[in-house]
Amino acid sequence: MSFLARARTVARPGFSRWMVPPAALCIHLCIGQAYAFSVFNLPMTKLIGISKSAPDDWKLTELGWIFSIAIFFLGASAAVFGRWVEEGGPRRAMFTAGVCWAGGFVLSAIGVYVHQLWMIYLGYGVFGGIGLGLGYISPVSTLIKWFPDRPGMATGMAIMGFGGGAFIASPLSVWLMQRFSSPTHIGVAETFLCLGAIYLCFMWVGATIVRVPPDNWVPAGYKPPVAPQKLITKNDVYVYDALKTPQFWLIWWVLCLNVTAGIGVLGQASAMSQEMFPGKVTAVAAAGFVGLISLFNMGGRFFWASISDMIGRKNTYFCFFTLGPVLYILVPWTGSIGSVTLFVVCFAIILSMYGGGFSTVPAYLKDMFGTRYVGAIHGMLLTAWSAAGVLGPVLVNYIREYQIGNGVPKAQAYNTTMYIMAGLLVVGFICNACIKAVHHRFHMRPDHEAERAAAEVAAAGDPAGA
Amino acid sequence: MSNNGQNGTTPLQLVIAWGFVGIPLAWGVLQTLVNAMALFR
Repeated sequence: MSFLARARTVARPGFSRWMVPPAALCIHLCIGQAYAFSVFNLPMTKLIGISKSAPDDWKLTELGWIFSIAIFFLGASAAVFGRWVEEGGPRRAMFTAGVCWAGGFVLSAIGVYVHQLWMIYLGYGVFGGIGLGLGYISPVSTLIKWFPDRPGMATGMAIMGFGGGAFIASPLSVWLMQRFSSPTHIGVAETFLCLGAIYLCFMWVGATIVRVPPDNWVPAGYKPPVAPQKLITKNDVYVYDALKTPQFWLIWWVLCLNVTAGIGVLGQASAMSQEMFPGKVTAVAAAGFVGLISLFNMGGRFFWASISDMIGRKNTYFCFFTLGPVLYILVPWTGSIGSVTLFVVCFAIILSMYGGGFSTVPAYLKDMFGTRYVGAIHGMLLTAWSAAGVLGPVLVNYIREYQIGNGVPKAQAYNTTMYIMAGLLVVGFICNACIKAVHHRFHMRPDHEAERAAAEVAAAGDPAGA
Repeated sequence: MSNNGQNGTTPLQLVIAWGFVGIPLAWGVLQTLVNAMALFR
């Protein structure tokens, strides 16, 4: 379909680059729904029993796998399809992401209707997860090319949308379920269908308005820095060559450790606040706490990525890995003095840096490996997120269980976890400190791409199809 | 090629595009802030 071809998305003279961030937000605000999927968990445990779970109803533990499968396929699809996204252009990727994401909702709606859990695993988990992966990386390199003067801010805006998607999805889903529910029916299937339709429209609007800049385009008045900068390359590294560099794996660990520390406490924030401040923080207040730190997660994505344009990526992560351990160590102290305000302040800053870690990393990759394959390299780096998604919650939950099993009061059961999280960030600090410029032997030569294309055509044995 | 929309993109298109994503996001943030107030009551 030529409408989706990269060549059809090249901007004409007069196109404003400020149209591109809303296009990216159309995608990220939709796929950010993943963070709000938990609003469906309880209703889906009562689809048969309606007022309470019946023996044939699904268990929470079974439903928990839906999100885990989706996050796994996010990382896997971003890694596998990254190069396709980069070479096919953002419109094709956004369009496909919309089809997968909305299709996942439709298949899940059928799964709810016929009460077959495997259809939801396949729908939301597999198809939705692929939509998440494609959608997440689709606008990244396009934004970096449109904003060479502020790449951190540009990608920060889009990735902020991923954090903000849950703020829209959560109340919208609750409202839709209320509208479609009756005393004899819970309207989850209808809500899935509505969300699928809404998200498809939204994502296709994004795919329609997105544009790539013409080759060698620069913003009016922008002068690329003449003096060479040690940690900002002017060369490109081929996507699979990036995997051979120590820099890729150091950044992989930087992201993984930063996310592990944040995701572990994000998942347990509600329980942690109530158990550390018994009698002071109610269940309703704890829900408010989760909402508040999620706002900082979203705001931090824009704030820290924008700051990184001024102070550099390495220095931004230096802030995360020096401030983070201090704040984690302070958390048990806030519990011991009973200060809810200080506890909230600590976690607000911690979660802002968790979000900042996500949004600053595309620009870090661009600095290290150039803009040519940054989207694909970013896709492969997202496997760090999948790993952290398992590691973080496991660390927090198991250490808490172990502590309580050994007679530690609930209010103090998180202390060791906080110290371990601080330790993880210290390891992240070391990884970040070890990052140096990529060796020139990894840089693409001007004739590199032509050689590679010829080799691929020969390997395929079908020049026309290639 | 410019980035001020003098020929192609009009200010109205920019307002519509940003409103399309900004209004739902602002609504969601407002809902979350209202719920978060329970923490300080």
